[in-house]
Amino acid sequence: MERGPLLGGLALASALALAGCGVDRGGADEPVAVKDNTPAKGDTFIEASIGNVSALIPNIANDSASHDVGGQIYSGLVTYDKDLKVIPELAESWTFSPDCRHLTFRLRKNVRWHDGKPFTADDVVFTHATMVNPKTPTAYREDFAAVETIEAVDPHTLQITYKTPYAKALQSWSMYMLPRHLLESYMKDGKLREAPQNRTSPVGTGPYRFKEWKSGEKVVLVANPDYYEPDRPYISRIVYRIIPSQATIFLELKAKGVDGASLTALQYKRQTEYPAFRKAYQRFRYASNSVTYFAFNMKDPRFADKRVRHAIAHAINKQELIDHVILGLGRNATGPYLPGAWAHNGEVKSLPYDLARARRLLAEAGWRDRDADGFLLKDGKPFAFEILTNQGNDERKKIAEIIQAALRELGLKVDLRTVEWATLLKEHVRKRNFDAFVLGWGLGRDPDMTALFHSSKTRPEDFNVASYANAEVDGLLERGRATCFQDERAKYYHRVHEILADDIPVIFLYHRDALPAITARVRGVKPSPGGIMYNFHEWFVPRELQRYTAG
Amino acid sequence: MLTYALRRILFAIPLLLGITFLSFAIIHLAPGEPTDLMAGDPRLEASAQARQLLREMYGLDKPIHVQYWSWLTRLVRLDFGRSFSPDGRPVLVKIAERLPVTLLLNIVELLIIIALAVPIGVLSATRQYSLFDKVTTVFVFIGFATPDFWLALLLMILFGVQLGWLPISGLRSMNWEYLSFWHQQSDFVAHLVLPIVVATFGGLAGFSRYMRQSMLEVVRQEYIQSARAKGLAERVVIGKHALRNAMLPIVTILGLSLPGLIGGSVIVESIFAIPGMGQLMVQAVFERDYPVIMGNLVIVAVLTLVANLIADLAYGLVDPRIRVGRRR
Repeated sequence: MERGPLLGGLALASALALAGCGVDRGGADEPVAVKDNTPAKGDTFIEASIGNVSALIPNIANDSASHDVGGQIYSGLVTYDKDLKVIPELAESWTFSPDCRHLTFRLRKNVRWHDGKPFTADDVVFTHATMVNPKTPTAYREDFAAVETIEAVDPHTLQITYKTPYAKALQSWSMYMLPRHLLESYMKDGKLREAPQNRTSPVGTGPYRFKEWKSGEKVVLVANPDYYEPDRPYISRIVYRIIPSQATIFLELKAKGVDGASLTALQYKRQTEYPAFRKAYQRFRYASNSVTYFAFNMKDPRFADKRVRHAIAHAINKQELIDHVILGLGRNATGPYLPGAWAHNGEVKSLPYDLARARRLLAEAGWRDRDADGFLLKDGKPFAFEILTNQGNDERKKIAEIIQAALRELGLKVDLRTVEWATLLKEHVRKRNFDAFVLGWGLGRDPDMTALFHSSKTRPEDFNVASYANAEVDGLLERGRATCFQDERAKYYHRVHEILADDIPVIFLYHRDALPAITARVRGVKPSPGGIMYNFHEWFVPRELQRYTAG
Repeated sequence: MLTYALRRILFAIPLLLGITFLSFAIIHLAPGEPTDLMAGDPRLEASAQARQLLREMYGLDKPIHVQYWSWLTRLVRLDFGRSFSPDGRPVLVKIAERLPVTLLLNIVELLIIIALAVPIGVLSATRQYSLFDKVTTVFVFIGFATPDFWLALLLMILFGVQLGWLPISGLRSMNWEYLSFWHQQSDFVAHLVLPIVVATFGGLAGFSRYMRQSMLEVVRQEYIQSARAKGLAERVVIGKHALRNAMLPIVTILGLSLPGLIGGSVIVESIFAIPGMGQLMVQAVFERDYPVIMGNLVIVAVLTLVANLIADLAYGLVDPRIRVGRRR
C-alpha cells in the first residue's frame, strides 16, 4: 500500500497562494531548441526527493528514496525497459529449462565494481546468500528463498535451480548485486546495516558512484567512468535534494532550484501552464503503476452479498472521481493491471454508473426504505457503515467524501474516518476491523496477485484484506505462479481480471497519472509505460545549455 | 546554595526515571510497530517469518518491562542504542548530526526575540494606549495568529521566486563546495534568513506581551514613585529600577524555553528543508523508530529539568528576596 505525502495540507496552501498565476494554453512541453543537439557529457541534475534516504544498501531499505539512489549506484542481473519488459543488465543472456525450474545466466565480462575489482558470478551467489540470511533485515527475502541451489559454474556463468517452477524467478534477479569482497564479513555477522558501504562508501556496478550523503539534506552521485556501457552516462552529477514539503519542492521548481520533481494534479493543471514555466520545464504525463481502490470487508454479511457490492459499484461514478479529485489526470481502472500491460484484459469493463440499477439490487438483497426516512433498512437495522482512509492524504479523503455523498443518495448512512498510517494498518487493516476503506496499491512489476486475492492469504499479517475467497481465482493464481512463460501466464491473469471485475472484492477506482517536470535543458527523456527514469543514463544536456560546470 | 542545588539534582533522578518509563510505555502502546511498516508492502509478501526475524533482531519480541530494563541499563552507560532505520546508526550520532543547525537557528531566534521583545514591551508599557502601543499590539497579535507555514510560503514566493533575492530552502547552494570561503558564509546566512524571520515572527508575540504586562505592574509600584520623587531621570527610573524588576518573570519563561532550543520546529524545518532535530523526531515517530524517539525524549527531559534548576537558581541571583539556603 502506498503512503500519501505527509504534508498534503501544505500543498493546498501553496495552491491557494499561487492561484493568481497567469494561464497560457497552447504550445507543447518541449526541450529548448539549440544548434548543436549532439549528446555531451557534463552538467548536474538536481532531483527533489520528498522522502529521506535511509540507507545506501537498498536491499535492506524499503523507502523509495533509497531505491532511487540505489538504482543508480547498483545494478541487477536484469532490468526493465520502457515497456516494463525484462531485459539484460549485468547478465548478457539467460535460458530457462522447459520445466521452468532451471535458470542459467551468462554474465557480462567487462563489469567492474566501483573500486576496480571485477564483478563475477561469485558476487551473485553472495547476494543470494545475503538475501536469504535470517540475520539480514530485508523485506525482499521471499523471492530468494524460492531458490533451491545456486552455483557459479565459472566466473561468468550461473546455474540456478528452483524448488518448484517460479514465475517471478527472472524478475527477482533485478535485485541490486552486492560486492562479496567488501560485505562478506558484515553479512555473516548480521551487521550489514553497520557496514561502511551502507553509510559512507557504497560500492556497486551502476552508472553512478557515490560521492556524498548529508543526512536529511542531500545525496550526491557522480558518473562512473568505468561503467560497462561505453560513453555512458552523460550527466556528470546527480544531486538528490531532500525536501520534505511538496509546496517547497514546487517553489524550488519555479525558482529553478531543482531540475526534476513530481507535480500534483493541481500544479500540473492550474499552476504550471504559464509561459515561463513551460519554457523552463518539460512536463510529462503517463499512467503511474498504481491503483486507488475501495475495499469491502467481506466478512461483514452485508458486503458478503454480491448484490450489495454490485449496487455500491454502480453508485460510484468513477469518471466524476477522476475529474474532481485528480482533475482528470488519471485513467479509469477496471482491475489491478495497468491498461496496456500484458496481464491486462482489455475486454473487461467496469460496471456503469447507474443509480436505478443500484437501488434495484439493494432492494433484491432485502434493503428497503421501510419508514420513508430516506435510509434503507433490513431486519429493522439501517444500512450504516464507516469508510476509513489514511491521514494526510487529501486525495483519498476527497474520494471517500464523494462516495459518501453518492451512497447517501442510495439511502446508505456512511461515516468517514481518517486514521494515522501505522494505526490504520495495525488496528484496522490487519485485524480486519473495518467496514470499508479507500487506499492505494503500488502495482509492482509482476502481475501475480496471490498476496492480495488468494484465499490462503487472509491471516492477519496477510494482504487479502477483503477476505476474498474464490476457488477458481485461487487455481488461476497458483497456475500463474508456476510457469515462466508469459503468454501462458497472461491467459490466467486475463481470466482473474475478468472474475475480479464481476465479484468485486474491491472496487478499482483509477490509475492516477505520474506528472514529472524535468528541466528543458535535458534531452532524451522518453515517457513510456515504464516511466521516465529507465533510461536516465541516456539523458544529456547539450553543451551550450549546461548550467553547472563544476564537478 | 550548593546543597540546594545538590538536593534538586538528587530529586531529579527519580523524576527522570518516571519520565522515561512513562514515555517508553506510551510509545510502545501506540499501535503499529516498526516491523509492520517495514513489511507493510503487499508486493513483497514479507511473510510472518520475515517479520518475526525483524522483531527478534530489534528485541521487540520480549516483554515490555524486559525491553525497558535493557534500554535503561544501556542508558546508564550513555549508550542510547542504534536506530531501527535501515542505516542502523547510533542514536547519539544521528542526534549530534542534526543538533548544531537546530541549536544555531533557535539561539539566533531567541536572541532576536529578546532583543526585540524587551524594548517593544517596555515602550508599550510606558506609553500604554499610545499609538505605538496599539500598533505593536495589533502587529504582535497578527504574528501570533499567523500560521508559520503560510507566512513561510508567502515569503518564499516573494523573496525566492518573484524577487529572487533569497534562496528558498535548504542550508547551502548546490555549488557551495566551489565557492570561496566568504561566499560560503554569506550563502549559508542567506539560507537562514527566511527560516529565522518566520520563527521569530511567531515567537515575538508571547515575549513582548509578557514584558509589557510585567512592566505595567512594576511601574505602578511605590518604589518607582519614590525613584521619580528622588528626581531621577525617567531613563534611569525605567531602564534601571523598573526594568530589572520587570525582567524577573522573563527569566522563568526563558528557562522554560531552553528545552525548546533543541526540540526544533517541525513545521519550519520541513517547509525550509532544514535537516534539524524536529524533522528527525517526526520521522522517528512515523517510522516507530523507538531508540531515536527515546533518545530525543531523554535529552529533552534532562534539559527541561536542568533548565528548571537554572531558572530557580537564577532567580536567587536576580532577586535577593527569594535567595534560598540563607536563614538568619
